[in-house]
Amino acid sequence: MPSETPLAPGDRRAGDPAKIHDIGYRSYDGDRLGRRHARRSLFAHSLRGAYGLGRSAKSKVLPMLLFGVMCLPAGIMVAIAVVTKAGELPVEYPRYALHLQGVISLFLAAQAPQAVSRDLRFRTVPLYFSRPIERADYVSAKFAALSAALFVLTAAPVVVLYAGALLAELDVADQSAGFGQGLVSAALLSLLFAGIGLVIAALTPRRGFGVAAVIAVLTVSFGAVSAVQAIAFEQDNGGLVTWLGLFSPVTLIDGVQTAFLGASTSFPGGKGPDTAAGCVYLLVVLALIAGSYAALMRRYRKAGL
Amino acid sequence: MTVIVTEGLSKRFPLGTDRAQRGGVTALDRLTVDIAPGVTGLIGSNGAGKSTLIKILLGLSPASEGRACVLGMDVATAGGPIRERVGYMPEHDCLPPDVSATEFVVHMARMSGLPPTAARERTADTLRHVGLYEERYRPIGGYSTGMRQRVKLAQALVHDPRLVLLDEPTNGLDPAGRDEMLGLIRRIHREFGISVLVTSHLLGELERTCDHVVVIDGGRLLRSSATSDFTRTTTTVAVEVTDTDRHPDGTTALRTALTAAGVGLRTDGAEPGTSHLLLIDVADDSTYDTVRDTVAGLGLGLVRMEQRRHRIAEVFHPREAEAEAGLQAKPQDAGLRTGLPADPQDERPQKGGGRDAV
Ligand SMILES: Nc1ncnc2c1ncn2[C@@H]1O[C@H](COP(=O)(O)OP(=O)(O)O)[C@@H](O)[C@H]1O
Ligand SMILES: [Mg+2]
Repeated sequence: MPSETPLAPGDRRAGDPAKIHDIGYRSYDGDRLGRRHARRSLFAHSLRGAYGLGRSAKSKVLPMLLFGVMCLPAGIMVAIAVVTKAGELPVEYPRYALHLQGVISLFLAAQAPQAVSRDLRFRTVPLYFSRPIERADYVSAKFAALSAALFVLTAAPVVVLYAGALLAELDVADQSAGFGQGLVSAALLSLLFAGIGLVIAALTPRRGFGVAAVIAVLTVSFGAVSAVQAIAFEQDNGGLVTWLGLFSPVTLIDGVQTAFLGASTSFPGGKGPDTAAGCVYLLVVLALIAGSYAALMRRYRKAGL
Repeated sequence: MTVIVTEGLSKRFPLGTDRAQRGGVTALDRLTVDIAPGVTGLIGSNGAGKSTLIKILLGLSPASEGRACVLGMDVATAGGPIRERVGYMPEHDCLPPDVSATEFVVHMARMSGLPPTAARERTADTLRHVGLYEERYRPIGGYSTGMRQRVKLAQALVHDPRLVLLDEPTNGLDPAGRDEMLGLIRRIHREFGISVLVTSHLLGELERTCDHVVVIDGGRLLRSSATSDFTRTTTTVAVEVTDTDRHPDGTTALRTALTAAGVGLRTDGAEPGTSHLLLIDVADDSTYDTVRDTVAGLGLGLVRMEQRRHRIAEVFHPREAEAEAGLQAKPQDAGLRTGLPADPQDERPQKGGGRDAV
């Protein structure tokens, strides 16, 4: 291997040849892969970091545990379906993740600050900007990495369900369609949650504040929306139930998959959005994702200074 | 060949949105310098604009006016390519505590565009060159200040840049750590062939490290010159000798002998009541040997031999120092001739300020 490396020995060396350990300075004449390579490296580093890979054993515990908790019910459902030869899976593919929204929130609360607060707190950000990357590269690499980490978390159980369904010899066409809808839903959820988590975490270099704020925003918004939806439903205001769903990330995803991804809603009375209202839901989700990116770009405007 | 050129470079920071404060802070004020390969010291007190200049040179902060080129590339348009070939060591702490030096520097090498294998090999090499060995596998959180500074230096060098910008690398180090860091900085140029721009708020410490010194104050250029000029005009040595039977006026005898030996004497700089003191311009280290040998040759006793270094404050505020100096320092004083007036404090003989040259 060493013969292949682009390290040319010696042209600038002036080390003392008498010292055996000191082989002198070797200059580097190999490839410099530039900005794109740097952005990809930051993406890979951040994605691995979200699961504690390349970091201490301690930092692997929580993400791996949450990953296990996320997949375990899917495994159990699949086992039951295979053994009992049930005609269908007990859960719709897109809805699986929403049932386990607590696990996703915990993962996001722990890993969004890990992705951005650390760099702010230890003032590593200026060091990144002293490299051939631009602000957009830093933001997009972090955004993509956390989205990918969430996608791994939310899509893995969907894959488990699909594999189980095929094992149980359920209808392949049906299951494949559901599986596809599940993946699209997981992707949308990952982008939306990653954006919201990163914007909140990037506000503070304090990791603890970031964790608490992400949990609070996700659970409080969902709790409040659900409660008000329940009241509106009591008062027979079905239209209001539908529109209230726009005000929390979880109900937004619920609405989009109800309207377009063949899922049934958990809104009170099944008052999920129809296709027209679903378009509004989808627009709001996309606007939030784009808005998160813009907010992050703004956040890092002065970070190199 | 130059590594850094600036032309009328200015940087103003607006202070808030208040109309009354529209002037803001002028961090750099029409700075024009031309920096050749080698080790260059950028010296100025806190707030002089050193860090601001470095950020402009990295293409991270746009100049308000003027232009700057680094390695022949314009900072306004070629920030990325510049940063690919330039290393930067910030003045503040920038290291995550929970990763090892190796992991951190490998990551930073890849961020500079190095492929994975090269990043690992260059990291091992670079950490060894800055003097980090077994400890490089331990988390950075447990490192001493000196070790952390070495990691910061290593991440600036790992991609074999053509130029490194070191912002106050000796800050927070004890005297031994400071000397080691200065030694490393010299090696960066001599052995690694990398040009260095190093900042400091202390003039004295960079004299022996740099080939060239640029002094700025309030964002303005005060002086840019080769270190050899600088030290020659800023270092004098005061010598006092005894009289002997053979030389009833020892001072005059020594003056004659030193003049014959080609040593520069300040005949006019002496203060009233100090006519027994000889003020000698130090050209280089051999001057001390010449003085010692001459004194010994004449058989005189050496009462004292002490160095007087001009303080950085004089360089920053020549007018004030001049005014303070008043009648004590005459206008034709050697210091004033070079635009570096003497500080009255330093011109007064002090015991214990000597240099161990004798
Ligand atoms: N981002 C900023 N916003 C406003 N003023 C700034 C900013 N950065 C630096 N300054 C001001 O510019 C001047 C020069 O600062 P700096 O370059 O950090 O000095 P030095 O590094 O020489 O100590 C100081 O007066 C400082 O307060
Ligand atoms: Mg500074």
